[in-house]
Amino acid sequence: MLMRRTLDPTMAGSARTPGGSRVDHLVVAAMVEPGSRVLDVGCGDGELLKLLETRGVDGRGIELSREGVNDSVAKGLAVIQGDADTDMAAYPDDAFDFVILSQTLQATRHPRVVLEHMLRIGRHAIVSFPNFGHWRIRLALSFTGQMPRTDNLPESWYDTPNIHFCTIKDFRMLCNMIGVRMERAVALNAWGKPLRLNAPWWFWNLFGEQAVFLLSRDR
Amino acid sequence: MADTGLTIDEAISDRVREAEHPRSHCVRFDVSDPLKLDANVNLVPFQIAYQTYGTLNAERSNAVLICHALTGDQHVANRHPVTGKSGWWETMVGPGRPIDTGRYFVICANVVGACMGTTGPASINPATDRPWGLEFPVVTIRDIVRAQAKLLDYLGIDSLFAVAGGSMGGMQVLQWAASYPERVFAALPIACATRHSAQNIAFHEVGRQAVMADPEWRQGRYLIEGTTPRRGLAVARMGAHITYLSDAALHRKFGRKFQDRDNPTFSFDADFEVESYLRHQGISFVERFDANSYLYLTRAMDYFDLAADYGGVLANAFKGTPARFCVVSFTSDWLFPTSDSRAIVHALNAGGARVSFAEIVTDKGHDAFLLEEPELIAIVRGFLDSAAKARGLGPLRS
Repeated sequence: MLMRRTLDPTMAGSARTPGGSRVDHLVVAAMVEPGSRVLDVGCGDGELLKLLETRGVDGRGIELSREGVNDSVAKGLAVIQGDADTDMAAYPDDAFDFVILSQTLQATRHPRVVLEHMLRIGRHAIVSFPNFGHWRIRLALSFTGQMPRTDNLPESWYDTPNIHFCTIKDFRMLCNMIGVRMERAVALNAWGKPLRLNAPWWFWNLFGEQAVFLLSRDR
Repeated sequence: MADTGLTIDEAISDRVREAEHPRSHCVRFDVSDPLKLDANVNLVPFQIAYQTYGTLNAERSNAVLICHALTGDQHVANRHPVTGKSGWWETMVGPGRPIDTGRYFVICANVVGACMGTTGPASINPATDRPWGLEFPVVTIRDIVRAQAKLLDYLGIDSLFAVAGGSMGGMQVLQWAASYPERVFAALPIACATRHSAQNIAFHEVGRQAVMADPEWRQGRYLIEGTTPRRGLAVARMGAHITYLSDAALHRKFGRKFQDRDNPTFSFDADFEVESYLRHQGISFVERFDANSYLYLTRAMDYFDLAADYGGVLANAFKGTPARFCVVSFTSDWLFPTSDSRAIVHALNAGGARVSFAEIVTDKGHDAFLLEEPELIAIVRGFLDSAAKARGLGPLRS
C-alpha cells in the first residue's frame, strides 16, 4: 500500500528533471530545512531519503513493501518495515522536525489518524497527493460514467491500493477541521510545473494534477 | 565422524582439553580482577578464549565484535580445531565479505559458561582442582557481555565500530547497546528478541531434562567420573535442531523420503531420511559441546528479559542511545518471530534511535542467519558500509 512511489507503476510516469530527480521530490525537499530530522512515511526504495541525505538531513523511513525496505537498507538508509496505519503510534511526540507522506495518503486506511500522528511526532508535516479534482478526472467520470484511470493512476477500482482519494479542496477542509495550519502549498500541473502562486484555490483544484502541502500544528 | 579423522571418543577428549587449553588467543584474569556475576558471585580466576581477524587501525576505531549463538564459539571464520569444519559465519565474515576482515578488526570471544576455552562448567575449578560441573555459578547474558567488555578493556578498545550476532548472539548485541551505549557505534541484532518467550523456555527445559535424564550425566559430575551423557545431549540437540528449521524447510529437504531403503522396515530404525539426519546432528553435537555448558547457556537465554532490567519499559533500555541499529528477522523463524524484532524496533524508535529493520522472506527458519541468504548479505553490507562512512573509516583496503 505504501509502495506506490517507485515499485508501483503508478508514479513511474511522474515528471523528472534532467538530473533524474522527481519534480515532486524536489518540491518536497525544498520545504525541508537542511540539517533537520525527517521521517519519510511510505518511503518506497528510499529515493527521496537519499536526495534529502545529500542535503545534510538526518532521515528515517517507514515502508510497507519488503522489497522497498530491503533496497533502502542495502543503500544504508535507516528504514524500517512497517505500516503508516499501525506503526506511527510507537514514535514519541516531537521526535522529528518534518514527517513526510509523499504520494501515500490516499493509500492509508485512516488518512485523518495518519495526519494527526504526523503532526504529533513531527513539528511539520509535508503531504503530497494526486488531486482527484483535476479537470481530466472530472471529465472522465462525467463522460464515461466509470471510475477515472490516468497514466499516473492506471489501476482499476477493484485492484488499486488507493482507497482514499481526495481533491485539493477536500484536503484543505480536513486540515481546517482538525486544526492544522497550512504554511505552504504547491500544485503541479500534468508536466510537473508549479501552477501560478497567486491563482485561486478553485483554479488549483481544477488544474493541479498533484499537490504538496507544508503543514504545522495550529497551536 | 569429525573431519579431523578422530574417532568420537578422541574428538570428545580433544574438546575437553580445549576447555582449559584452547587453540585460540586466551587472556586470563587473576584474583585481582574478578568477573562480577548477576548471581552475586565473583568468578575468579577466569579466562576468555577469543579469535581475531584483520588489523586494528591506528585510531582503534574499526573493531567489530561478533557474538556467537548458543552452541557457537569463537571460531567464526577459521577451520575449527575440534571438528575441522570451516568457521560458522564465513558467509558474513572474511575478506570481501560484508564484515570485511580487510577493513575491520573482527573479534569473537567464546562466551562465559561455554566450553571452548572461556571459563565454564567444563573448566577446572581452582578451589577443588576438578571440573566445575554444577558448582559453576549460573551466568546471564549480561554476565557474558560484561566479560566481553573486560576483554575489550584488555585489548585497549574503548569503542566498537559494530557489534553483530544472531539468536543468543543478537541478545548479546542488545545487551551491549543497553549496558555500554557509549561503546557501540553500530549494532546488528539478527533473529533475536529482548526476552526469551515461554515457548522457548519450554523447549530449553525439554533439552535440559533430556541431558539430566541420561544416567551418564551423573548429577553433572560426568567429567570427574569419566563418563559422557552423549545420548541425553544428542536428544536435546535433536529437539532443538527442529526448532531452528521450519516445516517447509524440512519438507523441502526430506519430505517423507526413506533412508537407504525403499520400504518401511516395521521397526524403530531410522527409516526416514529426516530421522537419520537428526540422529547425525545429535551425535556430531556431542563431540563438540559440553552437556553442562548446554544447561548453563540455555539458562542464560531463559533469564534474558531486557525490559525487566529497566522498570518493565523496553524503550528505557535504549533511551537516547547514540548507536545506529539494523534489526533483521526471517519470515519462517518460529523461535524468534518477526513480532519479537518489531518490538525491538518500536522500543528503539521510542528511544529515538536510528534504526533499520528488514524482514527477509525465507523458508529456512531460525538458522537462516547462518546461511547464504543474499538479501541478508546485501543488507548487512549496506548497513555497515554506510555506518563506516559515518565513522570515517574510509574506503575498502585493496
